[in-house]
Amino acid sequence: MAYPTNYKYSKDHEWIDAKGDMATVGITDYAQHELGDVVFVELPAAGTKLTAGKQFASVESVKAVSEIYAPASGEATESNALLQATPETINNDPHGAGWLIKLKLSNAAELDALMDAAAYEKYIEEKKKEASA
Amino acid sequence: MDSVTSPTKVVLRKTPLNALHRRLGAKMVNFGGWDMPVEYPSSGGLVAEHKAVRGGVGVFDVSHMGDIRIHGAKKTGGALAAVQHLCMNDASKLAIGQAQYSAMLYPNGTFVDDVIVHRLGEDDYLLVINAGTREKDIAWVRKNTSGFDCVVDDLSDAYTQLAIQGPRALNVMRKLTDANLEAVKNYWFTHGTACELKNTLIARTGYTGEDGFEIYVPADLETSERVWNAVIEAGKEFGILPCGLGARNTLRLEAKMALYEHEISDTINVWEAGLERYCKMDKGDFVGRAELEKARVQGLTRTLVGLEMTERGIARDGYRVVNKAGEAIGVVTSGSPSPTLGKNIALAYVSPSMSALGTAVCVEIRAQNCAAQVVATPFYKRMRTVAQKS
Repeated sequence: MAYPTNYKYSKDHEWIDAKGDMATVGITDYAQHELGDVVFVELPAAGTKLTAGKQFASVESVKAVSEIYAPASGEATESNALLQATPETINNDPHGAGWLIKLKLSNAAELDALMDAAAYEKYIEEKKKEASA
Repeated sequence: MDSVTSPTKVVLRKTPLNALHRRLGAKMVNFGGWDMPVEYPSSGGLVAEHKAVRGGVGVFDVSHMGDIRIHGAKKTGGALAAVQHLCMNDASKLAIGQAQYSAMLYPNGTFVDDVIVHRLGEDDYLLVINAGTREKDIAWVRKNTSGFDCVVDDLSDAYTQLAIQGPRALNVMRKLTDANLEAVKNYWFTHGTACELKNTLIARTGYTGEDGFEIYVPADLETSERVWNAVIEAGKEFGILPCGLGARNTLRLEAKMALYEHEISDTINVWEAGLERYCKMDKGDFVGRAELEKARVQGLTRTLVGLEMTERGIARDGYRVVNKAGEAIGVVTSGSPSPTLGKNIALAYVSPSMSALGTAVCVEIRAQNCAAQVVATPFYKRMRTVAQKS
């Protein structure tokens, strides 16, 4: 799967799609593949304050709980309601319909510290090499 | 997302089929120091593998498990005496060709490991043990049998062990061997030619709660891969899937089968684990018997129960069990979504006063108390035909 070139990516495999100070956040295709079938998602309530690098959600497969870290700081304005009934949406469309939250950014400059698509693709190539060593 | 790969380079042990699993694109995981497949994305992953075993057939590489042979040096029954001393079940009840679930205990009545004891011959026994306890178990066996007239062989690296499990496992095995499998009841075994390998041990045992077989073939690479491929080929018409440790765990959990370091360990005794059925106190002395007798008189301070979540949330290994007032009453030993039941289930140790069926409890999931209730186990029981009942 191609990584959208207008998204930014964190080392923890989250993506963020920002337009001005409004952003959408999700986990990447690499992350959903590592997890396996998603069975349960725990998302923050609207109004929750997020701090970059801190856990704000969890995504669970049958065998593991994965902590999801905020790629940027701000306020969660909406959680993806679709994921309660159909958590597998994250597996099927991680960069689109499987989005986790909408985030009102408090400091858009934080995005500069994140990777662009090319850098992220290189990053996960390294990860895959490590894993198969 | 938190890291799923270990940053430091640890040298893991590999089964002969390791390269094959990687060629299949299996997701690998460190299990007790072994590089093992946890699931195969190309099959559809854990849930698909689990369902294949329940509805058809699946095949597992379980070569990481260990094998210890204890046999009599001079036909004086020394091997039986040794096994009886080491293990809590009554091995004297075994006919040649029969196996039993058992356990080796410490003097205080807690678990060294659980084992399947197979009676291979007159005074000849094979103990199949867990992967993570291989070295500990062999050292324990050698130490505790030094006074007995028997020989102990560590055969753990000699075999590639495959588990073929599911209602169609018998159909698959019929294509691979001309041994009379119908005569091999549950927990019995035979030796026969399988995949052109003479004298192959074929046991009707498993860790899934389904009908199934475990076969033991020579561990050389060529044989291992050839047999695996033959099993896959024979199973194609039944929808066979390669299955990893992820499905192995969800299957055994539904069937309420213990996992070492979870439901049984060196701090848990036989009564707490609810395994009294396999502990024959009247057979004679064995390691741990005296302390077990005392413990039986003293009574239980905790007991193993099944839980089913009644609120949204997945109970997992190590999570605290609390009562409605939020007071700690126990701990989850194994917890996971159940693909067969479509519910979130768990095994947990709780105070005996909270162990009655239907008791409402809570599981602490990331600082929130989620409601659950005590339910009967096993969570899943396969349908048996009259012919299969044994």
